[in-house]
Parts: sequence; C-alpha cells; structure tokens
Amino acid sequence: MSAQQVLFDAPGPRARVRHSVYTALTVLGFLTVLAVVYLGFNRTLGAGAPPLTSPQAWAVNPDGQWAADKWQPFLDPATWTDYVIPGLQNTLTAALTASVLAIVFGLFFGIARLSEHAWIRVAAGAVVEFFRGIPLLMLIFFTMALPLAVNQVRTMLGLPLMTPGTFQVSALAAVVTGLTLYNGSVLAEVFRAGINAVPKGQAEAAYSLGMTKTKVMWLILIPQAVSSMMPAIVAQLVVLLKDSALGYIVAFPELLRSFSLIGTRYSNVIPAAIICALIYIAINISLSRLAIWLERRNAQGRRKPRERTSPPVANSALLSARHTAPGDPDVPDKTP
Amino acid sequence: MEAFFDNIDKVLDGFSWTVRLTFFSALFSFVLGVLLTGMRVSPIPLLRGISTAYVETIRNSPLTLVLLFCGLGLNSALGLSLSGTVAWDVFWWAVIGLSAYTSCFVSESLRAGINTIPPGQAEAARSLGLTFTQSLRLIIIPQALRTVIGPLGSVLIALTKNTTVASVAGLGVQEASRQMKLMFDQGIAPVLPTFVGFAVGFLVLTLPIGYFFGWLSKRMAVVR
Repeated sequence: MSAQQVLFDAPGPRARVRHSVYTALTVLGFLTVLAVVYLGFNRTLGAGAPPLTSPQAWAVNPDGQWAADKWQPFLDPATWTDYVIPGLQNTLTAALTASVLAIVFGLFFGIARLSEHAWIRVAAGAVVEFFRGIPLLMLIFFTMALPLAVNQVRTMLGLPLMTPGTFQVSALAAVVTGLTLYNGSVLAEVFRAGINAVPKGQAEAAYSLGMTKTKVMWLILIPQAVSSMMPAIVAQLVVLLKDSALGYIVAFPELLRSFSLIGTRYSNVIPAAIICALIYIAINISLSRLAIWLERRNAQGRRKPRERTSPPVANSALLSARHTAPGDPDVPDKTP
Repeated sequence: MEAFFDNIDKVLDGFSWTVRLTFFSALFSFVLGVLLTGMRVSPIPLLRGISTAYVETIRNSPLTLVLLFCGLGLNSALGLSLSGTVAWDVFWWAVIGLSAYTSCFVSESLRAGINTIPPGQAEAARSLGLTFTQSLRLIIIPQALRTVIGPLGSVLIALTKNTTVASVAGLGVQEASRQMKLMFDQGIAPVLPTFVGFAVGFLVLTLPIGYFFGWLSKRMAVVR
C-alpha cells in the first residue's frame, strides 16, 4: 500500500487551514530546536550564559563552535591533504579490500552451506552463524590480540615464545579481518538465498546437457544468483563501508579518526563532525542509490515478459494516479 | 577456561551494561521510530520532510560517528551532563546515540510494513470516518507492526551487537566488549578462552532474540 495516497483525503478548505496551523507549529518547534542547537554550540546556553533577550546571546561567540576560525581550517588545503584525503584513502582501502575478501568468503561459505555432504554443510553453517552472531568490534579486538594469544598458547604447550616482531597485526589487518568475517557471513546467507531462488529447471536443464556439478554451480546458478541479489550485495557493502569507521576505536587512521584529529587540533569538534558526517552521507547515499537503481533495473527486466501473459495487478497503478507525495522514493515510478 | 571463570564477575558486569544499553535503547528507539513513521506518512509535507531528512542523515552516518558526537561533542566539549555519576552519564549519552541511530531502522522497517497493508484497509477506515490519526493508530500501525515483527527482531539483534560501539573514546561505557579488551590488555585472562567466553555470551543474548521474534512473527502474522 502506498500510505500517502489512501491514509487521508485531498484536504478541503478546513483541513487546509488545520494543516497550515500544524505546519506553523512544526516550523516553530523546528526553529526552537535549531535555536537550542545554535545557542548550545555557540556556548551561550546553560549556567552563566547571557539572557536570551540580549543580543550577546545570539552574536557569534568567539569561543563557540560557530566562530569563523573554527571553520577556517577547512578552507586550508593542507587540512585536506594532511588529514582528510589520507583518512579517506585508508577508509577506502580497508573497505575495498574487505569487500573483495568478504565476497570471496561469502561465496565459499554460501556454496558450502548447500553442499550435499552433511559435515561440510554443518561446519559452514556453524562458521556463518558464529561470525554473524557476535559483534564486529569483538572480532577486531580479537584479531588485534592474536599475537598475544599465540604466545599464550605456546607457553601452555611449553614452546619458546615468538621473537618480538615476527608476528604483528596492524590496525588495518584487524579491521579488514573483522569486516571480512562479519560481512562475509552475511553475504554467505545472501548468496545461499540467491542460489536457492534460481528456478529449479535451470539446474535440471544444465544437468541434462551433461554439465558437471561444479559447472552448473559456476556457469548457471551463481551468475543468476549474483545478478538477482545485486541490490542486497550493494546494500551490505554500504554497511561494510559504514562499519569501517569502527577502525577509529583501534586507532586505525581512517576518515573518522582524521576528523577527530582535526577536532582536537583546532578544538572545532562540532564543525569537524558535521563535515565528516556530510562526506560519509554523500558516499553512502550514492551507493544506496546505486542499489535502488539496480533493483529497479532488475525488477523491470523481470516484469516485462510477465506483463504480456498476465493482467497487471490492480492496485498501485490506480493509487498513484492520485496525489503523490514528494520525497517518498517508494511511491512513484513503480508503475511502468 | 578456568582463568575466564575466575573473572566471571567482570564478565557479568560487562554484560549487565550491555543488557541495560540494549533495553533502554530498544525502548526509546521503538517510540521514536513509530513517531518518525507517523510523521513520514502524515498529510503535512513539512513533517514528512523532517522525518525523511532525519532518517536519511542518521542512517547513512556511521554509528561510531553518532556516538562520538554524543560523547566528545555533547558530553565532553559542551559539558552537557545527564547524571551525577560518570558511569551513568556516559551510559545515558550512549543510549541517546544508539536510540537516535536505531530509530531510523525501526522507522524504515515499519514503513515497509505499512506498504504491505492492502489499501482497502485504509479506505475502509476512512469510509468509517476515522481521521488520519485514528486510522493510523487503530488500523494501520497495529497491522504494520505485526508484519514487521521479524525485521524488528533483526534490528534488535543488530542493536545488541551495536552496543559494543559504546566503548568508543569519549563515552567508554564498561560494556562487554570493553571489558574483554581490558582483560586482554591487563593479561588477567588468556585471550582465546576469554574471547570464546564473551562470544558465547553474545550468542546467548542474540540467538534467543532471533528465535523468539521468529516464533512471535509466525504467531502474530496477519492472515490475508
């Protein structure tokens, strides 16, 4: 159901008046929130602050977060070349490496879970459920502590300790390992669902042509599963990119850490947080748009032949003819 | 494994914070999520815009950033305080950050749930003369909630795991993952059994949630 179109009528004169009253109240509430945020970050709110009626409270406070010198660093190219761009590079390196590894991991365990041999199926299932069920941060912490663990095991077995420096885990390796194991197991489920969703006749036809099991899997099932699951895969990669910010906690110098350093250096935490959020949002929204676009393309590709044979399902077409709401991506465009 | 059980009080203390974080964040994010969904489908364009902008912004920011903003920005830099004791002060800021983040996912699931309701339901509600708020409260939201119990369970599991991010600098809630890291660093317990113990702890928390919500969604499913 497209909620907007049936939950309320096109407003009549009285409803329009009522709606403008509500709109006015919303504007007031919204402005109050904005004012509180402004005054708060301007440090002219709370104990010892000037009264709200004085112009002092509203003027940009040189100690507050809106002062020009707090934003100045972002106009300096050095800030970008020294902090932001290296941070972005590290984030993208971690995310890309982990994406590739997670897809490999996901394919491997997704297929293993479909194996005919029970022991492979069960073992793969246990691995996937384990890494899916525990927090990513714990995986990262554990990978960081791996050299310690190896030495503890060696002590227990009576072996000599490793010479320092032979086995070290960098923050990047820990982040990539964590991201790979977690997102890989989620992707394994995605691939498994995708392969299961390929119509049975496809595999049967391939077998009847004399293809081996491996060939059926790689030439027939996986390509179709991947293309139908593309939106889910891209959505998971957005999650992966967002989760790479966890590297902050283990001091991996990624984008968020760069901004935190800028915030400490120029004591402009709020401007730094705002700009950092904008960068992440821009990247993630473009990736999400890609997922939506892929989904639409998939849906269109599959809908076309069906429409010729069966009558269209009569609801959304009828409804979207009425007033559509702006800002809701789900409402329009669905009708061909 | 004995060294791990020797420190069981630390482990339980860590998990007690995890459970508290999960409980309060789940409560607040559910309320906020329902509110956001109501705004999202309301007849007033401005409310729809605010809700959409909020969900799109927070959903696309990393949780670490949201919590860092609460911890370093609001708590440390601005000196806003929610409680007298430090442990509870950072706890409530973490709850605010986690709720702000999770409510977006609650709202998105609920909106997907609304989209599954046959339009006839809303049309019938309107033809009975129910106002927008009444039809939302009595007809739409109850049905939508029943169809999204499964997805809401996934959101709750994700929230449980996300509480570990509350160990981020500036907040440092003593929840399970931080407790585990401290136990590694202080060398009071061997890494391998400690990790396995904490992992089992999280599985004990998340697996029953999954089964319970799976069972509940089957039980509460609306037959159409």
